[in-house]
This record gives sequence, structure tokens and C-alpha cells, in this order.
Amino acid sequence: MSLLELRDLSITYHTGRGAIRTDVPAVRSLDLTLEPGDTLGLAGESGCGKSTVASAILRLLPASATVTGEILLGGENVLEMSPGRLRAVRWAEAAVVFQGALHSLNPVQRVGAQITEAILLHEPVTQAEADRRVVELFEQVGLPPSRVRDYPHQLSGGQRQRVLIALALACDPQLLIADEPTTALDVMVQAQILDLLADLQRERGMAVIFITHDLSVLRSTCERLAVMYAGQIVEQGPSAEVFADPTHPYTRALAAAFPTIGDPASRMAPSGLGGDPPDPSNLPTGCSFHPRCPVAIDACRTQTVSLRTVGPERQAACLLVTPS
Amino acid sequence: MTWDVFRRNRMALAGLVILVGFGVMALLAPLLVDRSALSAVDAVDQPVWDSPSTDFVFGTDHLGRSVAAQFVWGSRVSLFVGLAATVLTTAIGSIVGIVAGFYGRWIDSVLMRLTDWFLVIPFLPLAIVLAAVLGRSIWIIIAVIGLTSWPSTARLVRAQVLTIRERLFVDRARALGASQGHLIRRHILPNAMPLILANTTLAVPIAILTETTLSFLGLGDPNQPSWGRSLEQAFGAGAIGRDAWWHYLPAGLGIVAVVLAFTMCGRALEEILDPRLAERR
Repeated sequence: MSLLELRDLSITYHTGRGAIRTDVPAVRSLDLTLEPGDTLGLAGESGCGKSTVASAILRLLPASATVTGEILLGGENVLEMSPGRLRAVRWAEAAVVFQGALHSLNPVQRVGAQITEAILLHEPVTQAEADRRVVELFEQVGLPPSRVRDYPHQLSGGQRQRVLIALALACDPQLLIADEPTTALDVMVQAQILDLLADLQRERGMAVIFITHDLSVLRSTCERLAVMYAGQIVEQGPSAEVFADPTHPYTRALAAAFPTIGDPASRMAPSGLGGDPPDPSNLPTGCSFHPRCPVAIDACRTQTVSLRTVGPERQAACLLVTPS
Repeated sequence: MTWDVFRRNRMALAGLVILVGFGVMALLAPLLVDRSALSAVDAVDQPVWDSPSTDFVFGTDHLGRSVAAQFVWGSRVSLFVGLAATVLTTAIGSIVGIVAGFYGRWIDSVLMRLTDWFLVIPFLPLAIVLAAVLGRSIWIIIAVIGLTSWPSTARLVRAQVLTIRERLFVDRARALGASQGHLIRRHILPNAMPLILANTTLAVPIAILTETTLSFLGLGDPNQPSWGRSLEQAFGAGAIGRDAWWHYLPAGLGIVAVVLAFTMCGRALEEILDPRLAERR
């Protein structure tokens, strides 16, 4: 049984009221499967719906969002759970490392207490036992145990991110969703946090979904890669292959946006992607990437395209790739 | 640690000393002065309008009663009414504000319309009518102050809760599997607490002053001496025209000192409860 299975998941935000009411489809019939122990990278530009998918898994979306399809977590549909069952599943089965480390910690509560809170909510243990586990978790994420009595503002950005990772591990979840875990951190700290996450993933054998706009982060940390554009997955496959040989024009543009250090050719010929991501409330017809696509043909303007198999474990949504 | 921060703040320490002084005086009143000193019947053979002397530290009033005895016993009622009314108004205001702000939607609308309704009731006429209908006792005064002054607290707390509930750590706590009650207890309330406490330190002086106002207007409990009633009696007996300053000054200065001391302590408490404020000093 798959750990996580998204079936035909669509999420629409409703904004405005009355006459100016608009529907914004953030995610459009998305299918995704994750086995225990998998590491999956979810990449894409701002606004492509990747964080919305992450929030939907634990049903954390605001009331203004309509979710259709199925989200099977351990075989159980999250969208149909009772409030009590949902509370029990949250964090115990899937935990989130949020973006914005400072703001996801309560400023007037000691960091240790915020982690014991998670343990005590889910397990019938004593306060002393929970405190002991927090010290253990702090050691695992490389924080001195003396810092458990600190307030969030007394820690540096990297330390706060480590606290959030310790918090995510508190109930030993099988699935960890890391939503831009390294934004707002400098490159050195970013590398440390990624190493830490990779180590913890190996030790605990948990599945991880990495969400980021930074492809270079995913290349080293994830086995599989899924690239999102305008609320849909446009390409997915083993990350090494997707990087080495992207088939979708969007993935090609993303991969080419990272210069190869030491290669004069890539320095002299910077390549990028012109234009802006489409307005989700006013999507182009046909393939939603066609206005920016360098190789678009007439059929792309009218014909919708879904993921097609292009190799072993590889899929892409482009009319120009030949299904194998 | 908390105490160290408080102690370093000289103004707070001064305020605390004043409050403790008045508190001890109020609690020990029965030991300091016998209650019979308040009785006009027992004071018939004492001199009237006597200026301060060794016999009567604050002199005597128009009936020959000791002003010092009235001051000591009056502090009990003034402090008690001030604190009790504040507890009542803060409790009602905070609960309404948190529930309205946290749950939002129709619950918010209903509670805020109710708050608006209480907010536009003119306070003094209502207090006078309630005191006249329900009788004159300090419990009525506490209830009147509590029931009429909670709307401003409720609006203040609601505004704060609206900003807190949108913060990321509340979403994070919800992702932890926390229930609504847990969110309010562990995340919303502690973050709103500095504001509630700061508001309390403003509410105590207002409650004390309101009690004084009501007593001065003759709506106080006739059997309970309070600083407001001392002022009322001094005014009624013509102490100001007679230059009998000892009759009204102790009660007046007592009110000023207590109100000031509460404000001074409140500022320090606000810093202690909000660790980020203390760090910046």
C-alpha cells in the first residue's frame, strides 16, 4: 500500500464576493504516489500550487478553498476524516516543516515546550518523559540541549529551523513535508539543514516531500522529482534523469537556468525563460505553458495534454514528446 | 528571573511598595482602628472640625469622627471594589473578545453587535438607575461597573486575537493536531495576555475612580465607608468652605496614590509577560 496517494486532486480558491467573485484553480487534477521511504522533490515557480498541495495533505487549507479528488494517507482518505480522527492523524502520521522558521514558532512560549506540546497531544506520556525526548531530539538535530528553555527570538535563523525539524520529528511521522525549509537562510546554513534532513531521512527511513523553487536543492536530496506548472505536474521521474535529460520544455528551461560552474559555454550563453507564469484565474487554452514555450506548435493552443509515459518511471505532459 | 526584571524597574518597585502599603493597611484595618470610631453616635463627645493633632492624626469631621479611621476603613472598600470590578470586566471582556475574534463569522457578528449595544448605553444614568432599583450595596456597584465597562476590553482583545489567529504558528499548532480549545489556551491567550494585563492596569484605576464617582453622587452603600463617601461627606458638610483640608485631602490623595501605583506596576508587568519587550531595554 502506498504511503500517500493523491488521486485527481483539484483545489480551487474562491476570492471576492458577489459580482466580482472569482474562482482560482490552484491545483488541477493532480495524481501523485509516494511509497514509504521515498524522497520526492516538488519544484516549480511561485504560485504554481506546490505549497497548496502540501497544505491539502493535512487539510490545512482555508475555508475558501474547495478540494475535490482523493488524498489517501496510509490508505485513508484525509478529506473524509472526522475532526477527531484528523487531529489524531496530523503530525503523528505526517508532519510539516514550515517555511518561515521565525513565524511558525510561538514567540511567547519556550521552544522546548512547543515540542513537548506536540508529543503530549498525541501520546499518553508524562511531562518528564516528553521533556527527556525533547532533549534527545535536540541532540539529533544538532542543538545543545541547554537551548530547550530559550524563547524563539533568542535563537538564530538556522537554529530555529533546526527546532522546527525537531518539532516535525517529535511524533516519529512516516511522512515529512518540508515546505521551502531553507528559504531565508544563507547558503552555508542551507547546506547544513539539507544535510541534516538527508541524514535524518536515512536514519528513520521516513518519506520526505521537498517543496522548493530551487532545483539545485532537489538534485542532491531527492530520488524523484516532480515539476509543477500552473497547478499541474508537467514532468516527473528519477531526479538524476530529469536533470540530465529533461523532456518537457519547461523543465529544460528550469534546468538550463542553473549555470554549470567552470563551463565557459554556459556562462557566455545565459538561457532563461521569458514571460510570467499564467494568471490561475485566466489560464491559457490548450497546454497552459504554450505562450512561453519556445517550441510550441499550433496544436498546443487548442489541445489539452495530460501526463504520458516517456520512459521507465518517467512521465511528461507535452504534445511534442513521443510516448514510449 | 521575572522578579529580577521587575526589581530593576524603579518605577514598578515604587508602585509595588505603595500598593503593598495600602493593601496591608486595608487588610489590617480592624487591628489598626476599631470600627466603632466610624460611628457618629460614639463620637458625640469629641470635638468637631478639629484640625490634625496628636489625638486625631487627620483631625475630625463635622460630627467629631476621626478622619484617619475613615481613611483606613475606606481603603478597604475602595480597593476591593476596584479589584473585584476589574476582575469582572476583564473576564467578561476577554472571553467575549477571544471567542468573537477566534471563531469569527456569525459568532463574531452577534457578539460585536451586543458589544456595540452595551457600548452606547450611557454609563452614569444606567448606574444611577441600577443603584436606585437594586438598592445601594457595594456588590451592586461592582456589578454595575463590571457590566458597563467590558465592551472596550472586548473590542481591544478581539482586535488582537484577529491578528494572532492569522499568524503562522497558529497554523502550525493546528497542523500538530491541536483542538480549538487547545489553540485558545496555549497560543491565543498567552499572546493576548500582555494586552489584557496592560488593559487591566488601566481598568483598576478606572474602576476605583468610578466607585468614587458613584459614592460621591450618593449611590454608595451608606453602611460602608469608602474614600468616595468621605469626599461626598466632606463636600456635603462644607469642608471646602471652612478650609477643613484634613477632611477631604487624605481620601483624595489616597485615590491618586493607588491609581498611580497601579499604572506604574502595570507597565513593568507588560514587559515581563512579553519577553521580546524586556530584551529590548
